[in-house]
Amino acid sequence: MIRVELPAHLRTLAKTGKMVDVEVNGTATQRAVLDALEATYPMLRGTIRDHVTQKRRPFVRFYACQEDLSHESPDAPLPEAVASGAEPFLIVGAIAGG
Amino acid sequence: MSGVRVLVGTRKGAFILTSDAERKEWDVSGPHFAGWEIYHLKGSPVSPNRIYASQSSGWFGQTIQRSDDGGQTWEPVGNQFTYEGNPGTHMWYDGTQHPWEFTRVWHLEPSLHDPDTVYAGAEDAALFRSTDGGQSWHELAGLREAKGHLWQPGAGGMCLHSIILDPVDPNRIFVAISAAGAFRSDDGGTTWKPINRGLRVDYELPDKASDVGHCVHNIAMHPSRPNTLFMQKHWDVMRTDNAGDSWDEVSGNLPSDFGFPIVVHAHEPETIYVVPIKSDTEHFPPDGKLRVYRSRSGGHEWEALTNGLPQSDCYVNILRDAMSIDKLDQCGIYFGTTGGQVYASSDAGDSWQAIVRDLPAVASIEVQTL
Repeated sequence: MIRVELPAHLRTLAKTGKMVDVEVNGTATQRAVLDALEATYPMLRGTIRDHVTQKRRPFVRFYACQEDLSHESPDAPLPEAVASGAEPFLIVGAIAGG
Repeated sequence: MSGVRVLVGTRKGAFILTSDAERKEWDVSGPHFAGWEIYHLKGSPVSPNRIYASQSSGWFGQTIQRSDDGGQTWEPVGNQFTYEGNPGTHMWYDGTQHPWEFTRVWHLEPSLHDPDTVYAGAEDAALFRSTDGGQSWHELAGLREAKGHLWQPGAGGMCLHSIILDPVDPNRIFVAISAAGAFRSDDGGTTWKPINRGLRVDYELPDKASDVGHCVHNIAMHPSRPNTLFMQKHWDVMRTDNAGDSWDEVSGNLPSDFGFPIVVHAHEPETIYVVPIKSDTEHFPPDGKLRVYRSRSGGHEWEALTNGLPQSDCYVNILRDAMSIDKLDQCGIYFGTTGGQVYASSDAGDSWQAIVRDLPAVASIEVQTL
C-alpha cells in the first residue's frame, strides 16, 4: 500500500482526507501511483497531469523522502520507503503567485 | 413564483444568495469550492435545481461541478475539454500563429429544453457541448472554421464568454468571443458565420471592415424577440434587429460607452441596462460614481440609476457575466463588483441595496426565479 498526500484543494475536490492509500501492482512509479489514484478518485483526472499528454501540470510538484521528484521520469521506480508505505508520496501545489 | 436564487461566482469560491419574492431579506450560503476560481454557475431553465458550475485553478486546471438539489450538494463531472482534430493555430499578440490551448471554461449555458444538455464557452475560444449532464464534452469545431486562424486574444484572454440559445429556433445559437467577435449558427452548431457588420473599430483593427477581430464584451437577448440582440462592445453599445446581420450603435448619451455586461428587462424587450466604465485603461466607473444606466427605448436615450449606489470614491469594476435579472412581476436587476459587493434592485433599477458586500471579487451573477 502506498500512501499519497494530497494538497488541500484536491482533498476537497475528491472529498477525502489529507492522506489516501492506493494499491499498485508491479513496480511503484509516479505513473503507477497516479494511475491508481485516478482510478480511485476519477475527479482528479486532469488536475495533476494533463488529460492527453499525461505530463505533470506546471504548478504541481512531487516530493518524497525529502527529495523533489518532479523532474524524474514518470516510469522511474519510486524510493523503496515510498513503495513500502513507510514514507508518503507528496503531491504539492507549488508556491506561486501572490 | 416564490423567490429568487442568486448564483455568485467569485475569485475564491461560489456563493448562493436566496430570498423570497419581496427580495428584502437575504440568506447567504458559501463559500462553495472555497479557494477555487468560479468563473460561472448557471441553472437549468427546465430543472432549476440542476446547476452547473465552472471551477478552475491555475494549479489544478478545470473542473465542472453539478448540483441536483439547488446547490446544497455538488458532484464533480467531466473535465476533459479536448479540441476536435488538429486545432492548428490562431493569431497571437505579436501577429504570429500560436497553438490552440485549453485554459478554462468561462461560461456554462444549460439547454432551454433538456437538463442534461449544456454548452461550455472555453478559453482558448471554443464551444463545447455535453448531452450527458456534463460527464463528457465534445467541441462544436465548426465555430473555429469561421476564420479561427485570425482570432487573437484580448487582454483577458481569448475566451468564448457569451452563449445565447434561441428560444424559438432550436437550431440557432449565438456566441461571442473576446476579441474575435460575435458568431451565429443556424444549424445547431455545426456551421457558423461571423455577425459583426456595423461594429466600429476605429482604434482596434487595421482593417475596419474585417469579419473578425472585434472585441465584443457581452451580448443579450429578450426571449420574445430573438432577432434583436444588444451588445456591449469594448467601446460602444450596439443593437441588431436582424439576428446580427447588421449592427447599429445605440450608445446615445452614456457618459462612457465602454463597459462589460448588458442585460434586458424580463418583461420589457426595449428596456436595457449597462454599467459604464471609464475606459479600457481605467476599469472603474467615471468620476468614482457607480451608476447603472437604463434605456427604455432600446438604446440612444439613457438615464442614470443611482439610488442606493455609492456616488463617490467608488472604483470597482463589473465584469461581463456579473449582471443578471429575475423574472418576478417587478423585474429585479442584480450585479456584482470586483470589490465583492452584490447589488440588487427589486424595482427594475429605481433603487438598489447591497445584499452582500464583502465577498471575493465577483466574476459572475446568475439569477433563478423559483
